[in-house]
Amino acid sequence: MEIFKADVVIVGGGGAGLRAAIAVAESDPSLTIALVSKVYPMRSHTVAAEGGAAGVKKPTDNLDYHFHDTVGGGDWLCEQDVVEYFVKQAPVELTQLEHWGCPWSRTEDGHVNVRAFGGMKIERTWFAADKSGFHILHTLFQTSIKYPSIKRFDEHFCIDLLEEDGRCQGIVAIAMGTGELMMIEGKSVIIATGGAGRVFRESTLGGIVTGDGMALAYRHGVALRDMEFVQYHPTCMPITGLLFTEACRGEGGYLVNKDGYRYLQDYGLGPLQDQPKNKYMELGPRDRLSQAFWYEQQKGRTIEHPILGSVVHLDLRHLGEARLRERLPLIYEMAETFMGIDPAKEMIPVRAGVHYTMGGIKVDGKCAASLPGLYAIGECSSVGIHGANRLGSNSLTEIVVFGKLAGDEAANYVKSVAPGNSASLLKQAEAIEQRVTALKTKTGGTERISVIRKEMAKSMEDGCGIFRKEESMQATCDKLAELRERFKNINLDDKSSVWNTDWLMAIELDYQLDVAQTMAHSAINRKESRGAHQRLDGPDEAYKQRDDVNFLKHSEAYYVPGSAPRIAFGDVKITKSQPEVRVYGAAGEKADAERKASHV
Amino acid sequence: MSEQKIIEIEVLRYNPETDQEPHLELFKVPFTDDMSVLQGAQYIKDNFDGSLTFRWSCRMAICGSCGMMINGIPKLSCETFLRDYYPNRIRIEAMSNFPIEKDLVVDLSGFIEKLESIKPYIIPREPRTLEQGEYIQSPEEFNKYIQFTSCINCTLCYAACPQVGLNPDFIGPGAMALLHRYNMDSRDGGAAQRMELVASEEGVYNCSAVAYCSEVCPKHVDPASAVNINKANAAKDYFLRFLSPKGGSK
Repeated sequence: MEIFKADVVIVGGGGAGLRAAIAVAESDPSLTIALVSKVYPMRSHTVAAEGGAAGVKKPTDNLDYHFHDTVGGGDWLCEQDVVEYFVKQAPVELTQLEHWGCPWSRTEDGHVNVRAFGGMKIERTWFAADKSGFHILHTLFQTSIKYPSIKRFDEHFCIDLLEEDGRCQGIVAIAMGTGELMMIEGKSVIIATGGAGRVFRESTLGGIVTGDGMALAYRHGVALRDMEFVQYHPTCMPITGLLFTEACRGEGGYLVNKDGYRYLQDYGLGPLQDQPKNKYMELGPRDRLSQAFWYEQQKGRTIEHPILGSVVHLDLRHLGEARLRERLPLIYEMAETFMGIDPAKEMIPVRAGVHYTMGGIKVDGKCAASLPGLYAIGECSSVGIHGANRLGSNSLTEIVVFGKLAGDEAANYVKSVAPGNSASLLKQAEAIEQRVTALKTKTGGTERISVIRKEMAKSMEDGCGIFRKEESMQATCDKLAELRERFKNINLDDKSSVWNTDWLMAIELDYQLDVAQTMAHSAINRKESRGAHQRLDGPDEAYKQRDDVNFLKHSEAYYVPGSAPRIAFGDVKITKSQPEVRVYGAAGEKADAERKASHV
Repeated sequence: MSEQKIIEIEVLRYNPETDQEPHLELFKVPFTDDMSVLQGAQYIKDNFDGSLTFRWSCRMAICGSCGMMINGIPKLSCETFLRDYYPNRIRIEAMSNFPIEKDLVVDLSGFIEKLESIKPYIIPREPRTLEQGEYIQSPEEFNKYIQFTSCINCTLCYAACPQVGLNPDFIGPGAMALLHRYNMDSRDGGAAQRMELVASEEGVYNCSAVAYCSEVCPKHVDPASAVNINKANAAKDYFLRFLSPKGGSK
């Protein structure tokens, strides 16, 4: 087996992984970095982020506002000390991207411009038209080429972590082009593999978003935290789930039902505003907007499209073609190409779809997991800034703020660590090779992986959708247990070595089943409604309410071999924001004023 | 869902472990009008033959993974629709001008090396600390380079370029557009370092100005114009070398 020795191994070459790699390289050029990605880094799903990245920019804004928007937006399930660090570093890291060439959209006087975003009190979302993630990713990828100490392993698929002497000491990966396995030793490993939303059916996500890193850490005893919180984005293309950015609404777009009525005014987001107003109407947070979509559907006020199903309309017509082409060029093209719609002339049918995993690998405020030497960053991690509902544009900032931090921390950590025992690590790697190869070469199975994948996704949508009930969540838990069993009986069509994507997708499905189980079991154990986790049941429908007495807690899912996860609950760090009623629109403004008055 | 029809998809298959050379295989795929060519390929993989191999991810023409020849034309399969070919047969093949690794997957390592070779990063004209905040860029300065930042590295332009076919070392349209992007950026001062490559044997003079690259570009980057502007720059640079001891570019 080929062996590569690195100081820091980074799994995942999206925005977070690349930022971490650059941080290690800048922190100490003598350290060797292995950047391992199952795709060429610029294909990573950061590329599809559209709207922008949040960081205080305007003189009328301040860090405290960003903090309160984030903590309230997360329904008080955020680690508040981590949020404080996050909002402080946000403008620094976004400026760093500017220095590296990120083509942020600008004002007439040449400064970086900011736009409005859902749940944000003041415009603070830095944007590069509606291709912010694309530009951030390409800027970071191209900048990373400058550093000779970053050794890339493109199209290498990580299949396990190496753990010895109680610490993480490297990984095993498949070189996808040859099918051969290699061991990459590292004194520390940073996981930056992104989210897991593809365990659902209708999602905004790319095929690669399969929760690989989450499952890897989980299997090594690290908790997956707050996995029940899965974000539905309110404006997705029906069937495919492709995303129409929140910036559509930040720029002034409306959401209307079949009567042409701006229905959000009925869901605590009004009263109606003529001009976009922060934290009102279409600029409310995503969980509330997706829930409003569901209620409209229940009331029979959605549009029933013969092909697309139940939809509402995203109306951008009043913005005019010129502004749409300037601010939302990708959205314009997508509406034209995929739906045959000119958004300057027609309304766009949309519905809610799965978009983001708020939970992930439990790490502390310095991105370190419970397994020494292991770090996690970005969507695969739960560092604690999103709580029960992420605000749009906080996650692009998260990848650079915590990418930088984890890179610095890992670079520091490896200096204090002795090299591992290569012979014994290799022994482990060879056992892993046997296990994974058996999955490919075994014969006699009868299950197709595509069938299991589809049943999993449908079941997740049925049981862990926008609104949840005990009965349907239990059905999903049971279904996942059944699929776990059936997975043992798979048969692959492709037994070859070179570019065996059948095999790789089977390994991904194995990861997905683990992650799906953590989501469903965390969900059924949270007997309250908070942020993106909304229940309709309980004695006297008690679970429809937030329950701070019992559930102002993080859920933690622990791996139990051959069984469902064990669910525990852990404390939430509160520094300066005590839980309040979470309100938007006029009620939110009133609550803000009262809070201000009481502090004087 | 709309009415289901059957379309014939002919796929160029190649498995280096068993095949002497690539060969065509025909699949009959049920489809609806909303389905892309990529979804057609996924249908085949999920239902008929799990060994069919192709790259894909985002499904929305931004990750750049899913380029292939569709009836002989380089296209992103995620934004090309089966309905536009029906009732005729559709043929999908690996991108031209690249070695095939397996089925629709080509070897991109040559392209990646070219991309890395052009110094695709800001070489600061005037270094600035983070405390000093962002660089100021006027709308005119911004407009000089922004179009060339849109390249998604899908390499359709390489599959289209006749000169890449003749001289695989030609730096090619996509990487040249990226080089131009950095040269045109007011924050950058690295044009002189990049100019050597522009005027070299791998550089712009390989281009025969067919401009098919710009025609197939899914993001309207217009790499042909980037190449041609640099032809002029390289020529100017060449002549200025006779006048200035340090070369023309600064």
